[in-house]
Amino acid sequence: MKKFLMATAATALMAGSAYAEDVKLGILLGFTGPLESLSPNMAAGAKLAIAEINESGNFMDGQTIATVEGDTGCIDASLAVASAERLITSDGVKGIIGGMCSGETGAVLQNAAIPNGIVMISPSATSPALSTVEDNGLFFRTSPSDARQGQVMADILNERGISEVAVTYTNNDYGKGLADAFEEAFTQSAGTVTLNSAHEDGKADYSAEVGALASAGGEVLVVVGYIDQGGAGVINAALDSGAFDTFMYPDGMVSETLEANFASATEGSFGQHPNAPGDGAERFTEMSKDAGFDSTSAFSAESYDAAALILLAMQAAGSTDPSDYKDKLMDVANAPGEEILPGDLGKALQILKDGGEIDYVGAAAVEFVGNGETAGSYREIEMKDGKMVTVGYR
Amino acid sequence: MDFLNAIVALANYVLVPGIAYGSQLALGALGVTLIYGILRFSNFAHGDTMAFGAMVTVLLTWWFQSMGVSLGPLPTALLALPFGVLGCVFMLLATDRAVYRFYREKKAKPVILVIVSMGVMFIMNGIVRFIVGPDDQQFLDGERFLISARTFKEMTGLNEGLAIKSTQAITLVTAIVVVALLFWFLNRTRAGKSMRAYSDNEDLALLSGVNPERVVMLTWIIVAALATIAGVLYGLDKSFKPFTYFQLLLPIFASAIVGGLGNPLGAIAGGFVIAFSEVTITYAWKKVLGYLMPDNLAPDGLVQLLSTDYKFAVSFVILLIVLLFKPTGLFKGQSV
Repeated sequence: MKKFLMATAATALMAGSAYAEDVKLGILLGFTGPLESLSPNMAAGAKLAIAEINESGNFMDGQTIATVEGDTGCIDASLAVASAERLITSDGVKGIIGGMCSGETGAVLQNAAIPNGIVMISPSATSPALSTVEDNGLFFRTSPSDARQGQVMADILNERGISEVAVTYTNNDYGKGLADAFEEAFTQSAGTVTLNSAHEDGKADYSAEVGALASAGGEVLVVVGYIDQGGAGVINAALDSGAFDTFMYPDGMVSETLEANFASATEGSFGQHPNAPGDGAERFTEMSKDAGFDSTSAFSAESYDAAALILLAMQAAGSTDPSDYKDKLMDVANAPGEEILPGDLGKALQILKDGGEIDYVGAAAVEFVGNGETAGSYREIEMKDGKMVTVGYR
Repeated sequence: MDFLNAIVALANYVLVPGIAYGSQLALGALGVTLIYGILRFSNFAHGDTMAFGAMVTVLLTWWFQSMGVSLGPLPTALLALPFGVLGCVFMLLATDRAVYRFYREKKAKPVILVIVSMGVMFIMNGIVRFIVGPDDQQFLDGERFLISARTFKEMTGLNEGLAIKSTQAITLVTAIVVVALLFWFLNRTRAGKSMRAYSDNEDLALLSGVNPERVVMLTWIIVAALATIAGVLYGLDKSFKPFTYFQLLLPIFASAIVGGLGNPLGAIAGGFVIAFSEVTITYAWKKVLGYLMPDNLAPDGLVQLLSTDYKFAVSFVILLIVLLFKPTGLFKGQSV
């Protein structure tokens, strides 16, 4: 009996690829760490796209897609690489949706994705440094680079007539990248950054940091940090000492936690995070309501797009092998072709199957530019009457 | 007016946080120094003892809050504090019985005890995380500010605000009361005197009929109280997160050594020296000098000696300087 079982198992293993078996995708996010309050909604976004494709039954030859999750800890490169290694070698994923934070994403790309030839689409790694990294065409992102966010932040401040700000950033690739990109853009538009200083995450006391920032002065404090970490501590210390009462929140800060803890305390503060207006976003919001998660949470729409793009590219290439489908990502994301919004994935698969072309727009208005990242659109938010409201899109 | 503004700005960003932080360090350093003076080893588990005591207090505070018990404007944690101390006393006495007594009876060298205390540190560290988790915990309630920056500005009409958090005031008051009680106990009571005798000369004290086990027990009880109070005050003023207590170990040891290990008065002075040097050296003086100097001399730069990233480095440097030039510390303690 035992031998028989072993034999069947072995045959099943060898013959596996011939049958319609599950295609596995890795979801590699910071389920623990400084952005842990964002990751559940991101994973839910990615899974929503996968569920939609599974239901349509049009993927490849009726294959279904399964997901495997891996934790990056967001700021823990060694954990991230170990998780990615596990996803690739032991779970055999065909593509990775992740990583989440910029530093860890770079590490995974260099140490796990490129050596194993696996495609990575990051929904949320936004460091400008990742634009120029040598990636063998394997790395994409559905969120725009922070070079663009820095420009958007400068525009927002200029329109609000604010000419002097202090900046504090979390001391890592994301924080430093965005803070520098912003300082460059803002100084070019004749604004002044009085102080651009780092803060370390995970400390209990930020009064010294805030003291220096207060001394430097400025109308607004730009907090390029994480809401679950030092970002919250810096805001608390600044409010306690009365150093600043208006803040600017970039994407790492915008979340439900921010609204719950600081909306009324920092009335009139504002910020932005990657998010797109239009039919795509609206449809995505409706779908997310049915699925029971918050679509306005940062990077949730981008995660949906990342998952959808990988699978559409596989369909277009007619193969789940990363080296085959990596070249198709640009084709499915950009014109020409029929525009695809959230909820149209089944139709898109059918079009690709019939040999047609699609232009994936998705929930976050994806349009890949030369180096595999999106041009990007941002939602501007403001704290009004104790609530976080949308001011507009850029 | 400018002069007043300068003083208020200095008070808001340097004096008030410095005094509160200094009191917390002083209480922590007192515990370290007592153990060093009486039990003769550097207790690396002290930071996590603080975390443990604070954790018990936090859990009880939540329980009290859920029952609707409160102290009005004061934080409920003060009500839970005595029970937190009890929990911590129990924990330390149990550790002493299970671990330290074995080595004491063997007359183990201090360096062995130091390593043992490191083991205890990791175990306590794990217990605290296991029970309450590694995240930030909020347990502060009651009135948040004694005086907030905005009201101060409105009251005085100055440009600069001065915020005094109620936790900062509580920290200072509690620290003074606790230190006064400790000194009264050490100098005036029989038990305190026997502790000091044991610390000065163990053999002589034993000959005079001091019961060593009793002295050890008393020491642990006092240390537990000091650690819990320091831990709770720090948690109230900042926030309770197990890892930060582990990080606090460095400035606490620096305080105790700078002041002179084994000397309670030195521990207090050391706490304030370390706290103020951390705050002042990393403070950007631009604002204060801007008020004090005539307009044409006002500084453009930040006038910051060291970026705030190097805060912890400051305690290291002071520690090194003191150890090089005055190994017994500012006040006469035992040399390390």
